[in-house]
Formats: sequence, structure tokens, C-alpha cells
Amino acid sequence: MYRYDQYDQAIVDARVDEFRDQVERRLSGQLSEDQFKPLRLMNGLYLQLHAYMLRVAIPYGTLDSRQMRMLAGIARDYDRGYGHFTTRQNLQFNWIKLADTPDILARLATVQMHAIQTSGNCIRNISADQYAGAAADEVADPRPWAELIRQWSTFHPEFSYLPRKFKFAVIAAEEDRAAMRLHDIGIRLVTRDGELGASIYVGGGMGRTPMISHLVRDFVGSDDLMSYLEACLRVYNRYGRRDNIYKARIKILLHEIGADEYRRQVEEEFLLVKQLGIDPPRAELERITAMFAPPAFDPAAPDAVDRSDPDFAVWLDQNVAAHKQPGYAIVNVSLKPIGGIPGDADADQIALLADLGAAYSFDELRVTHAQNIVLPHVAKRDLYAVWRRLTKAGLAEPNLDLITDIIACPGLDYCSLANARSIPLAQKIATRFADRQRELGELKLKISGCINACGHHHAGHIGILGVDKKGTENYQLSLGGSGAQDVSLAKITGPGFSEDGVVDAIERVTDRYLATREPGERFLDTYRRVGFEPFKDAIYG
Amino acid sequence: MVDAPLRFRDDEPHDEPAVTLDAFLGQSNATAVRLEAGEDARALLPQIGQIALVEVSFPSFRDGRGYSAARVLREAGYTGELRAAGDVLVDQLPLMRRCGFDSFAPEAPIDPEALQRSLDRYDYRYQPAADGIVPVWKLRHG
Repeated sequence: MYRYDQYDQAIVDARVDEFRDQVERRLSGQLSEDQFKPLRLMNGLYLQLHAYMLRVAIPYGTLDSRQMRMLAGIARDYDRGYGHFTTRQNLQFNWIKLADTPDILARLATVQMHAIQTSGNCIRNISADQYAGAAADEVADPRPWAELIRQWSTFHPEFSYLPRKFKFAVIAAEEDRAAMRLHDIGIRLVTRDGELGASIYVGGGMGRTPMISHLVRDFVGSDDLMSYLEACLRVYNRYGRRDNIYKARIKILLHEIGADEYRRQVEEEFLLVKQLGIDPPRAELERITAMFAPPAFDPAAPDAVDRSDPDFAVWLDQNVAAHKQPGYAIVNVSLKPIGGIPGDADADQIALLADLGAAYSFDELRVTHAQNIVLPHVAKRDLYAVWRRLTKAGLAEPNLDLITDIIACPGLDYCSLANARSIPLAQKIATRFADRQRELGELKLKISGCINACGHHHAGHIGILGVDKKGTENYQLSLGGSGAQDVSLAKITGPGFSEDGVVDAIERVTDRYLATREPGERFLDTYRRVGFEPFKDAIYG
Repeated sequence: MVDAPLRFRDDEPHDEPAVTLDAFLGQSNATAVRLEAGEDARALLPQIGQIALVEVSFPSFRDGRGYSAARVLREAGYTGELRAAGDVLVDQLPLMRRCGFDSFAPEAPIDPEALQRSLDRYDYRYQPAADGIVPVWKLRHG
């Protein structure tokens, strides 16, 4: 994985110094909260309902054991012993004191981590396929490209005060595990005439106006990538709306002027920008790519796995994915124990994951946008040992992509923007369906506690949106969304429900699915085949 | 603006008051122009040679259109004074300098010590911009 050189380290160290200065000016009263707010936001520090929340960047969701252990230590020393993994592959600490943040950042910097641009109207942490470097279906590891973009976008002088936040995702496989089409810019690496390049999709997003991105350029070679992205962002920075924050994302610009007109403007700008010499030489991509070389796999690692322990076999079938290297597997560690808080892990669990990464996965871990953890390179002969240790720590729930593997935002329990609680609802749903989840098969359920859609409800096979209805929490149900390669936006079923009412409504939906499905059909397949009406009838009929 | 602008240029401040973009495009002899946040800096390019001062308005520190306006002007070869005026904060000045601004008329006074610390803080930058700083990738590869 990527390692800092003296330049990267100097930049992150300077950022710690800068933020310490800003916090001191705030604490001494030189800065008002109004003036401080944009500065702390640019560094991932939010003021939530009960405390400050610090969001730590995990670039493209990749981290090593030392970094994971550092997160456990910070959870212990500065938080209440927990970390919360987010849908942007980051980690949030929910109980932080402002005066501690410079020290936390200084500790993070010792393991090449930071909170740069994890909030604010700037280019956010770059996300990527969590199976990068391990998946058989990728044309290349997408992370070197993501790292190039990370460096280009870090403290970008022109794009730090965009109309609104800006999210990139980079993948390199046919299967989309990163919800790439629902990002401001999504990149899929492809090959053309033997050369690797990027297909650029622009204008996707969730929020209150969900949209699927448009293919704006089918191929940009690595020599032109920065110029092309600079052109994409410049057109947005100049012409994106600033009169209404709800219409300020790039998706609205594309919607208003049309993808063709946006493309035309970008191409025109690209011709100018390309003259400026802002593209790093190919040697820079090669330098970064070398750091993502495959680990030293054992070519003799056996492929056979002893399935005699039935509980292990269930987990193996549900949470372990195929690896491109014979004898190895990708382990998904569920952070969705039945009745737990989706995406949360306590300090001991985080430290255990660090240990497992070091012992069994070539020192690498990944965070997924579905708020789980991946051990990307586990030898099959070690799977049973890994499973036993995960089981002991409460981390072996075999529910990947099942109805209890819920994405949920922090909701009204933490978030100052929320209208409704997400966590208790997620807990109720998981508890209700735990004994049926395997029968229901793949069913992605996503909950957002407000219209900002941090819980990706538009992309849920079943999506739930919490709203405030005359002072009480109310939940709208939607069906048929997908953030994967078969991307689609979910459709609202009709009037909303109380917390218990929405759980009952989901049960009517899943009952109708079980009664309607044809062999081999996932919920989403059945929904697409029979349409919305039969489910609507089941819910309200 | 009562205070003199904060300048990072050696030449004498330009006296002529800045005219609006519309006025500039309608009268061919003005040498100072004020661009409002939404106005197209490229409209100035046909007559850029006669301009000695462009003042770019920042109605709110959140409104970042002026950063692109500055880049567009510098990339087109404009070498006159480029002033950021309005809601300009100390922590934004280093980015504005990178985009080519060399003069500042902030609404609220800027603490000179905080400004100096802010300008001196970063030894390295990842990306080239309008300030001629050598980016990290060039330091790595020559």
C-alpha cells in the first residue's frame, strides 16, 4: 500500500500545525464559532448534538495494522471507546473534545493518517472498491489512480471552496462495489488498445435529489487525468449554483445544462488546461503503482477448506469472497451484529482487527462503503482460525449483503441534521428478520435519518427515510434501488409509517417477495420483474 | 475600504477606480475592472493588455468562484494587479496567492502575525498553480 515520503509527511505535519493554530485562535476567542466553522469543517471536525465529531480519512478505504491500532488507541484515549466506520470508508469518533483534536491529529500523523478534507465544500476522501488488488474481475488495482487524485486534490488552491462537497469513487471492475455511479465523479478504469485509462462519469449523487451519473468521457489516459479532472472541476466551480445549497451539487448543474453541454464545456476547458503542464509524469503513477504490488502470496497455498464445522461453513458461504490468487480468499468482517449499531466497533474489536490484518492479511485491511471491514488477502488454510477469533470478538455475523447487513447513518442519536433516529430502527429490523435473513437472500436495506441520504436509502433494495412529521418520527419506505453495476434509484411506496409500522411494512414486502419469486431470483430481481404495484398492494392493500 | 490593500507587488498601487465589467466592455479606455462573483473573467481577455488592476469580489468566504477567475486570468497571461476584495479570511490567503492574487482588500482586518504563519506554513504543494511553486511530483522526478 501507499507509504508517505518526506513530502507527504511534511504536508500532513504542517496541517497538524495549522489546525493547532486554528484551534488555539478559537479557544482564545480570536476566532468566533462562525469564523472557525469553515476551518474545522475542512478538517473533518463537526459540532454534533452532544459533542464534537472527528472524521478521520481512510484513503480509498485501505489501511494497515499500525493505522488500525492507532484508531483503537484514539478511541480509548479520546472517545468513549468506540469508532464508527462510515459509508465513505472513513472512521468517525463521536465523543471528541475540541481541545484534544490537535493532539489526536498529531498522533494520526505519526502513522501517515489525517482528517484532511473529510468535510467541507471541497474534494472529499477518494473512495474505491474494497476488493481492489484482490478481485479477479478488475483490469488493474484502482488505488494508484485514487492516490494520484488524492494528492492532486489535497489543498487544491482553486477547488477548496466549491459550491458544495465533492465525492470521487474509483473502481476497476465490472462489478461495482463502491456505488461509483452515485458519486459526483465516478471513475472506472478500462483498457483500450492495451493502455489503461479512465472512463469518467459525472453528476451522480444521493441527497434530496438523487441522480445517476452520466458518462462524460469514455477514455482519459493517465497522462491527461489531472488536466481532465481540473477541467471538470473548473466548469463546476464557475457555473455550479451557489444560490441554494440544495441545488449546488454538480448533479444539478448537469441536470440543468445537460450532460452534452457540460461535456462540451469540459472539453473546451481541457484544451486550455492541458497546456499548463499540471499532469505528473508517468513515472509518478509508476512510483505509486509499485507500492500497490501484490503481496508475496504463497503459490503452494492449498485451495481446500475444511467445512466440517457447520457454523463456520455458513460464514464461509456468506462472508468470504473469491480471491484472484489460488489458495487465498477475501474475508468480510461484518460490523452488523444482530441488534448492534451498524458500522460501530469498540476499541478492542478495532485492535483485534489490526492483529488479524497483521497476522493473516499481509498487514492490510479495508473499510467498505457498506460499513464493514475486509481482510483482503487471507490464505484459505487460515480461514478457520480467523473465523474463530472473529467469533470470540462478536465479529463473525454471517450476514454480508443480507437484510440485517444494514447501512444506517448515525441519525438523531448523534447528528445535528437528522430528523429521525436510524440506529434503533436498524436494531429492530435486524432483530425481526435475523432468523429469516438467509431464506431472503441478498437484500440490501439502507436507512437515512434525514433527506441528506447519508444512509444511501435511494440505493437500497429496500430504503428507509426518516422524516419529521409534526414533531414525531416518521419513516418513508422505498423499493428497488441499487448502488451496484445494475444501478437504480428506489421509488417511494406511499405514506410513511411509525417506527414499528415500517418494520411491519417491510415484513409485508418480504412476504410478498417470498410468495412471488422465481428460483434464483434476488428480491431486486423479483421487484424488477413484477414491478412496483404488487408490493404496494401488499403494503397498503 | 479605508485601509490600503494588502499588496504583494512592488509597483505603485493603481489609482484609477475599478469600473464594472459592463462599463469596461462599453468603454474601451478603462484600466481597472471589478468582477462580481458570477461574472466571466474570460470576457476581459480580448482587452487584457490595457488592464492594470482586476478586483475580484468575494461576497462570502464560501463563494469560491473568484479562485477560478484568478486562475483564468493568470493562465491567459495577465500580469497586472489581481485583487481579492470582500469576505477574505486569513486562512484563505495562501490559496488565493496560489491562484494568482497578489493584492487583498479584506472587509475585516487580518492579523499580520497569523497571516505570516499561514503563508510560511507549507513547504511543499502537491499541484502546480499560478504561483510558480514546483509541485511535489516534480521534486520527486525532476
